[in-house]
Amino acid sequence: MAFESLTNKLGDIFKKLRGKGKLSEADVKQAMREVRLALLEADVNFKVVKDLVFRITERSVGQEVMDSLTPAQQVIKIVNEELTSLMGSKESRINFSSKDITTIILVGLQGSGKTTTAGKLGRLLSKGGKRPLLVAADIYRPAAITQLQVVGEKLGLPVFTMGQQDPVNISRASLEYARKHNCDVVIIDTAGRLHIDDELMNELSEINKTVNSNEIMLVVDSMTGQDAVNVAAEFNKRLPLTGLILTKLDGDSRGGAALSVKAVTGCPIKYVGMGEKLDDLEIFYPERMASRILGMGDVLTLIEKATADFDMKKAKELEQKLKTQAFDLNDFLDQLSQVKKMGSFDQVLNMIPGLSPQKLKGVEFDDKELDRVEAIINSMTFEERKSPSVINGSRRKRIANGSGTAIQDVNRLLKQYDQTKKMIKQFTGVEKSRKKGRQKFPFFGF
Amino acid sequence: MGFFNKLKQGLSKTRDSFSEKFDNILKFTKKIDEETFDELEELLISADVGVCTTQELMERLRENSKKINNLEELKTVLKDEIINFFPKESISLTFPAVILVVGVNGVGKTTSIGKLANRYKAEGKKVILAAADTFRAAAVDQLEIWGNRVGVDIIKHKEGADPASVLFDALKAGKARKADIIICDTAGRLHTKKNLMAELKKLYRVCHKEYPEANVTSLMVLDATTGQNALSQARMFKEAVDFSGIILTKLDGTAKGGIAIAIASELKIPVWYIGIGEGINDLQEFSPQDFVDAIFI
Ligand SMILES: Nc1nc2c(ncn2[C@@H]2O[C@H](COP(=O)(O)OP(=O)(O)O)[C@@H](O)[C@H]2O)c(=O)[nH]1
Ligand SMILES: [Mg+2]
Repeated sequence: MAFESLTNKLGDIFKKLRGKGKLSEADVKQAMREVRLALLEADVNFKVVKDLVFRITERSVGQEVMDSLTPAQQVIKIVNEELTSLMGSKESRINFSSKDITTIILVGLQGSGKTTTAGKLGRLLSKGGKRPLLVAADIYRPAAITQLQVVGEKLGLPVFTMGQQDPVNISRASLEYARKHNCDVVIIDTAGRLHIDDELMNELSEINKTVNSNEIMLVVDSMTGQDAVNVAAEFNKRLPLTGLILTKLDGDSRGGAALSVKAVTGCPIKYVGMGEKLDDLEIFYPERMASRILGMGDVLTLIEKATADFDMKKAKELEQKLKTQAFDLNDFLDQLSQVKKMGSFDQVLNMIPGLSPQKLKGVEFDDKELDRVEAIINSMTFEERKSPSVINGSRRKRIANGSGTAIQDVNRLLKQYDQTKKMIKQFTGVEKSRKKGRQKFPFFGF
Repeated sequence: MGFFNKLKQGLSKTRDSFSEKFDNILKFTKKIDEETFDELEELLISADVGVCTTQELMERLRENSKKINNLEELKTVLKDEIINFFPKESISLTFPAVILVVGVNGVGKTTSIGKLANRYKAEGKKVILAAADTFRAAAVDQLEIWGNRVGVDIIKHKEGADPASVLFDALKAGKARKADIIICDTAGRLHTKKNLMAELKKLYRVCHKEYPEANVTSLMVLDATTGQNALSQARMFKEAVDFSGIILTKLDGTAKGGIAIAIASELKIPVWYIGIGEGINDLQEFSPQDFVDAIFI
């Protein structure tokens, strides 16, 4: 079953309830059925869902529907607010030690992404002016130590190893090493373990006692299902967790585990892993996660990013053009530079609600290509940009030469341009079917 | 220790276990009423069976509820319905075989390959491993350690090398050394990454093209703790490499792996093996009956 957007489902439920009025108990009850299903589909733990639905119902019944909102939007607004507040209202950072070395321990199940995250975190902190040391304390998994060494080398960060000795000793010795080598943060990569593995859980508390950590962060795979609460609760019982890191969020998981682990541990989610590159670790923003779980796309992020970077007037003009389908390569070039400011094209597309991956099939946007694309368009005459259909074989050759690219590149770009045009048609279709969109956003006519 | 016992042991470690709750329902509910169904529904959801499949199961239970006299029977009907989701045919391998092992990051591909190699070798097969995860740091070293543990050959290039050329060499070596099975490790990848999925398709093509006489099979490795996203994973990997079965790992934890039920129901894909630990022998053939029993005892 493809996941239908909650927005649409609620829209259907509230069809009868047009205009102003109060949300009746019956309406809300029906809506909550959908909210419940949406949350469960998103892997939010069923107990957490129960709790949430109860609270949201209480708040919703009898609420005046605002002028500017449809009843469905009104409910979503409340749901969104509740989710956001449950997730922690503000993003939080690392507690650095003011005097001594800051010690951070990364813990979690097997395969949750600790080693990669240790590297990414080291990178992020070193970019912020810290001098981190990575510590290889996973002595069990084959080649885990080598993995951290390779990661450290790639990042130019020091890595402390002591072979397969006792992880408690390794951790203790790493502090000495850090002191000697003038490092101010120690990031300990521990072995993945099951929360029910008594012996290994004890090992973690020993490490923690030994290094007197500033942060113990639980690394959680964002694709985790209902069991996330059991795992997080047990880790939290055994260790004074200070934060959570959510990994592999660059996929299409709804990430309901985020809500679950936050709910049972009370710990803030501090970072999210957004990709395979060692740069892809980001600060966590609760309200974005809320709308992701609800499947409304990351409208908030889009709007936030867009308002910061987007020239509204240009956007209005563009919208006009899109409506009349007069979108040419001049505009495409313009779009590209705007998009570059906003993040990767893929990321931006992913944030748009109602746009399923299926719809994007065959439409490929490689970020690295943006520069090349710019070069190609810059090598075109204004006329060519305005009506790309005039670009024949010899013009293609000239453009390729001028931009230092291959003819195939030029061909691909022209194809992309065509696809974009088609996509825009789809977007404007989406908009129409959604009736009264509250925040009508001009990007791509959405 | 059998899978069944190991699973039981795993389950008993959690106070809050599924089976215990199920028993409680059976004990304290006098007659089968709406509440029984609601609670059952909750139990299935909490095992990651998913809303859709759970609702389907509940519907079937309700249809049959007139015929059901007591709670024991209800339990049996539910189990049977779940077992019926799993395709009847199980592991089918003819030799020489090439097995391409795929899945998202960290699910247990490399470890499972080590265990598989051990299993086939013990059955008297000649196994060769292909270290085609050239992306993740030290992935090659990891597979090599497994190769040494088991005592089988491994074909590898340097980190960052083209995975297709590693596979190509492994196929060549497999033919020359008359291997029965070539098992190919691949880099973990999210199923949503188009370019990486295209790379996987290429590996699949290389197998067919370079070794048409072999039985080319793909297996998807799935972490039992995965939630509803596993359906999306299964769909996309199926499309890329048409995998024949699933290796369901980490069943030694407290996750029930109920998503495998949803996958069986919606996509008709069987589970071939299960992983129940990090040791070389912690791999077992999947049996739907044992799996369901372990959940419901
Ligand atoms: N408890 C447990 N851990 C497992 C199992 N299978 C794999 N692992 C662990 O999961 C982690 C990731 O495994 P790995 O084979 O490197 O995953 P890959 O990235 O898919 O190749 C390692 O720490 C493995 O030891 C299993 O069945 N049970
Ligand atoms: Mg691997």
